[in-house]
Amino acid sequence: MSFDDDAYGALTDHDDDARWAYGTGFADPLAGVPTAVPGDLDRACLAAYCLMLGDDALVMSHRLQQWVTRAPELEDELAIANIGLDLLGQARLLLGRAGEVEGAGRDEDALAYLRDAGEFRNVRLAERGDADFAHLVARLLVFSCWRLPLLDRLTASRDPVLAAIGAKGVKEVTYHREYAAQWVVRLGDGTDDSHRRMRAAIDAVWPAVGELFETHQVEARLAAAGVAVDPALLRPEFDEAMSQVLAAATLSKPMDATEAGPSGRDGAHGPELGEILAEMQELARAMPGGVW
Amino acid sequence: MSEEIRHEWPLFEVFVRAKRGLNHVHVGSLRAADHEMALHHARDLYTRRNEGVSIWVVRSDDVVSSGPADKDAFFAPSGDKVYRHPTYYAIPDSVPHI
Repeated sequence: MSFDDDAYGALTDHDDDARWAYGTGFADPLAGVPTAVPGDLDRACLAAYCLMLGDDALVMSHRLQQWVTRAPELEDELAIANIGLDLLGQARLLLGRAGEVEGAGRDEDALAYLRDAGEFRNVRLAERGDADFAHLVARLLVFSCWRLPLLDRLTASRDPVLAAIGAKGVKEVTYHREYAAQWVVRLGDGTDDSHRRMRAAIDAVWPAVGELFETHQVEARLAAAGVAVDPALLRPEFDEAMSQVLAAATLSKPMDATEAGPSGRDGAHGPELGEILAEMQELARAMPGGVW
Repeated sequence: MSEEIRHEWPLFEVFVRAKRGLNHVHVGSLRAADHEMALHHARDLYTRRNEGVSIWVVRSDDVVSSGPADKDAFFAPSGDKVYRHPTYYAIPDSVPHI
């Protein structure tokens, strides 16, 4: 074996544009993934399911973006923006798939920007506003502890696109959960004041937990067909992860609400979603088809 | 109010290794409450574009550096020691891979 001309150069890649130190390429998460819908599936049903998971990510992402310029530290602001961008990426893929399966000519932008609140299918947890940073990390922890096992099971979906989106998302949401967990522990097991506020934040978010594990009929039908994840099955994993974090944070788990309210999966949302959409859709609706 | 309460997180220096076989390179600094948080922040600030496979964080307080006043005493004497450079020596053509 010889080192030829340049042993050091052999360690570095040559296929990137030399102008940029770290290259310009990025991997398409759906590269090589077949897009055909398995023949026995109800396309409207699959489109509705993609919309549910996509709207969860889109609305949660927007709530995270609202923290930009308002986060307590520059470093955390960037972390929150990163997490918001991860979820926006998931939303794009899921809404894109929803439009493709629906076959009515709506693309990801049409679905994100041209639907009214009653047509959104996100869980209500995603749209809630955050009174302070503790509320944000509490909500992000609950959202991530629920979405992570969901995406993990989605990797076995019979829809190849959903399986690929699940595989991409698992790595992202694993970090989101870790980020939220370390803050919940830090604040819960911190000063008297931070403990009190973290406690209040967990209590405030908990009534939104029940809805996450209700099985919608679309989810039930597609879960039976091996395409979707029945969220009711995720509860044990969620409870275990939450218990670990709350114990480390010296916080106790609140009582579950006895009855869940109307479901965001059916388009029932609070006024908060309307406020989000007014902000998110304003430009796209004012300048239809605009690009920049 | 206790004097021990700090209103600013300490500074950390961040080193990122771009890939196996390369050295960790200093890429910048950040503020964090402790080392664990510094690692998280480093991941979020300095590896957003696929830059790294490994991160080191070091408290800036713990870095000892040479001062500008020492510049001549530290570095100037190496300038005229031509025999410290490999090019000073004649290498026979028959010796490869130097």
